[in-house]
Amino acid sequence: MILLWLIAILMIGGIAAWAAAKWNVMLARWIALIATLINFVLVIMLWVQHSGGLTLGANAPWLLDFRWNWIPSFGISFHMALDGMSLLLILLTSFIGVLSVLTSWTEIEYRAGFFHFNLLWILAGITGVFLSLDLFMFYFFWEVMLIPMYFLIGIWGHENRIYASFKFFIFTQASSLFMFVAILALYFIHGKNTGVYTFDYLQLLGTVFTPKAEMWLMFGFLIAFVVKLPIVPLHNWLPDAHTEAPTAGSVVLAALLLKTGAYGILRFVIPLFPHAVRDFQIPGMILGAIGIIYGAILAFAQTDFKRLVAYTSVNHMGFVMLGAFALNELALQGVVMQMLCHGISTGALFILVGALYERIHTRDLNKMGGFWDEIPRMGAVGLVFALASLGLPGLGNFIAEFLTLTGAFMANNWITAIATLGLVASTIYSLRIMARVFYGRKPKVEKHIPDFNVREMIIMGALILSIIWLGIFPHPVLDTSRPAINNIIRTAAAKGSVSQLEKPGTLLPDKAGQVQFAGKNEKGGAR
Amino acid sequence: MTSADLYYLMPLIIIAGASVVMLLVIGFYRDHTVTFILSILGLAGAFISLAYIRGLPREIGALVIVDSYALFYWGLITLASLAVAILSYGYFSKMEEEKEEYYVLLLTATLGSLVLVVSRNFVSFFMGLEILSVSLYALVAYLPERKRSVEAGIKYLVLAAASSAFLLFGMALVYAESGTMDFLKLGAHLNSGAVNTPLILAGFALMVIAVGFKLALAPFHMWTPDVYEGAPAPVTAFVATVSKGGMFALWFRFFTEVNGYRFNSLMILFTVIAIASMFIGNFLALLQNNVKRILAYSSIAHLGYLLIAFLAGGRMGLEAGTFYLVAYFITTLGTFGIVTVLSFKERDADSLDDYRALYWRRPLLATAFTAMLMSLAGIPLTAGFVGKFYLAAAGVNTALWLPVIILVINSAISVYYYLKIVVVMYRSPEEEVVAGMPVMTVSPALSVGGGIVLSVLTIMLVWFGTFPGGIIDFIKIMISGISSTAITMVP
Repeated sequence: MILLWLIAILMIGGIAAWAAAKWNVMLARWIALIATLINFVLVIMLWVQHSGGLTLGANAPWLLDFRWNWIPSFGISFHMALDGMSLLLILLTSFIGVLSVLTSWTEIEYRAGFFHFNLLWILAGITGVFLSLDLFMFYFFWEVMLIPMYFLIGIWGHENRIYASFKFFIFTQASSLFMFVAILALYFIHGKNTGVYTFDYLQLLGTVFTPKAEMWLMFGFLIAFVVKLPIVPLHNWLPDAHTEAPTAGSVVLAALLLKTGAYGILRFVIPLFPHAVRDFQIPGMILGAIGIIYGAILAFAQTDFKRLVAYTSVNHMGFVMLGAFALNELALQGVVMQMLCHGISTGALFILVGALYERIHTRDLNKMGGFWDEIPRMGAVGLVFALASLGLPGLGNFIAEFLTLTGAFMANNWITAIATLGLVASTIYSLRIMARVFYGRKPKVEKHIPDFNVREMIIMGALILSIIWLGIFPHPVLDTSRPAINNIIRTAAAKGSVSQLEKPGTLLPDKAGQVQFAGKNEKGGAR
Repeated sequence: MTSADLYYLMPLIIIAGASVVMLLVIGFYRDHTVTFILSILGLAGAFISLAYIRGLPREIGALVIVDSYALFYWGLITLASLAVAILSYGYFSKMEEEKEEYYVLLLTATLGSLVLVVSRNFVSFFMGLEILSVSLYALVAYLPERKRSVEAGIKYLVLAAASSAFLLFGMALVYAESGTMDFLKLGAHLNSGAVNTPLILAGFALMVIAVGFKLALAPFHMWTPDVYEGAPAPVTAFVATVSKGGMFALWFRFFTEVNGYRFNSLMILFTVIAIASMFIGNFLALLQNNVKRILAYSSIAHLGYLLIAFLAGGRMGLEAGTFYLVAYFITTLGTFGIVTVLSFKERDADSLDDYRALYWRRPLLATAFTAMLMSLAGIPLTAGFVGKFYLAAAGVNTALWLPVIILVINSAISVYYYLKIVVVMYRSPEEEVVAGMPVMTVSPALSVGGGIVLSVLTIMLVWFGTFPGGIIDFIKIMISGISSTAITMVP
């Protein structure tokens, strides 16, 4: 029931904020903030409450389960459940939710009520996606998050917003329709095999396919997720959407929306179609590696600060694809870490860009430089997240990338070796951000640039603390997601595929910690 | 025919009677409001009388069968006419023409559509079609001050008359071969085996032309954009819903009862028509800048989607088609309803400019319009989503992969032009000033009736989109009334 509330609070809060803005805009902001804060507190409480159960109940990964018959004649139920992976992701969602309301505090003056309505409904849609265990409902929420995001870009975005919002909408809508057909096909195949027509994930897991059907269905799902992720040939909505969106929109896009694609691969593609996934392993990993390198190179080539950050997402999401198709526990753990760390670090960079834009009204890197003297707080924060983005040990992204690469290495060493080159490229673009914006000669700017104020420092402080915490003390997070990851692997393995999947099981929990530690020195030395 | 049979024809009698009464009243006392109220009473009375019809199915003579399937479509059509009538009142209040006869024609056209729904014989089929068409000629050209309205009326008259000729010839060929005009007897004759197939197929193909014309399927769609654009907005809503709904109900019944699914060449023909309608509708809609024309092309595409349910056939196809039609009725009445309430005395609000920054002027209306357009695009939380889901399910279930994939591709294309309207509505007024556009400040006052109809439609749209269980179950029960032998015959 509490799962339902997580969504309901956001939806109701959104409507209330919209209505309240008629009288008082500040009231709307406060309503939005309170709604997201309540959600955040609820999720934290869930985590604390279940942290004991996580280690014990490795065989029953579902911590909470809520089911209500929605459209019984089709076998559609309102089925939500929570496991470690979705817990972490809704934790991220609610955390970023609070921050995105805070970042828009002064940025959005125009129609703030409708803005907060859209923002909160996106968050509700994303929360729904992470919690749905009914494929119909999953698709439902998948689409629900689309419309408000479209409005967010289309109404409050920058100069080229109409183009960007159209592109965003059509890319995601077209790709998700393929998933829609695949979901239906899955439904009927299961129904014809067993006589039970249902959209319930847990029942559909047992579906048996012909190899050809499995391959096609996997592609149907994968295309929707890969566009969201995004993976290279299908990525080109992303730079436009990220660049044109208002700050809160970019933050939500980068930190949360992209994660729904990764989540979809982990939750649906791998367990439902393990044979097809194994057959597609090499191409999948190659796509990941291409994303890593291509994203980094393009990021380096940008002159628009925001576009640069957008391309880093392509780079980082390449790791997710690489890790997901490595199909072992270590890599999948790395993927979950990467989702969280990328959410935090890229979110922070977008907030930084937004704050800078609010002050100097440009995103052009050529018009920046030497800002450190004037805005040291911003510089320091920028440094932390640039370093996070290049994968410096001690910050969360390092753990994520290290786990992913180690896992991927076990699956295919050549592709992984090439992908690792991407780390070098990401170092270059990250350092370029610092060099271009904060170091070097200052261009002639007459106006004084104010530094971060208290509100912004609170936001950044929270982000910095969490990224450092993830870097130094990742165990609570890894412990939380482990049962869920193991369950995914076990489900896939149970369908009779995969010697690949057995391999990493040898890696024991506490050993993983040591490997990380050893690796940290090694890597640090190499740099 | 006994007097008890009259009881089953109550809705038809009430509507026919109401139109006669209205004519008499107009003869003595010409008043817009009085005529309007009479028409509302007639339609509402017909709808209420549906609740008292028991003991179905009932065959009446050789022409008519009243079953629960017909009852469902009767309800749908009378409600749609009711909505159109209420929307028309606000619309015609602004006009200076004589507006009283409009309601009479509206009622007779509804009558024609209702007759189509219960037809089980070529005679009643043709009779219903002609009652409907003849009323529509006058309705489409009802505003003679507007050139386009007259042009549309003439265009519709010529083409509809031509299509009726095709229909008659088709019926004649089928009759020549089978010697019967009754759907079920025709079906039995086709089952008997001793059939001259080419003659039957030629007859069916000619009938398809007439049906395709009424449903505005490609390649018989040429009239649609012109008539939609030229006709007064409420009439457009009527043409798009009531006339198509009646025809679809009849055609589905006919095809199921004669089991046309056995003819492979006909199935291929319908597949081609469906695919062509989807692509032509959506691609041409992309090129339009006139809201009524965009909606006209989009309706061509939507009827193409609907054909997937028809192709799928069987119980599920019929359910899916019916649900989709309900969703289509709601959204079409809603979108044209919004065009209606925004229209001016001189012209309809069909230019995209009329919708500029609508959200900031009329937030509720713009929100309703957004919901309608999202439903047409098939986005969740709306009935259109569930409808499209149902269609695709029916298609996948019968392995119609090609049409379903094309449905998917077209849904993606269609998003573009629906968003085009949405974007215009949400443009900020400040931006208009910067762009040097005149700021739209005035828009016609919203009539009370129009407001009520649009709110009800929007609520239904969201309700059926979020909790479709109830309506789906209801449709299942009502549909099962169609002569069940026929439906199980279908693959």
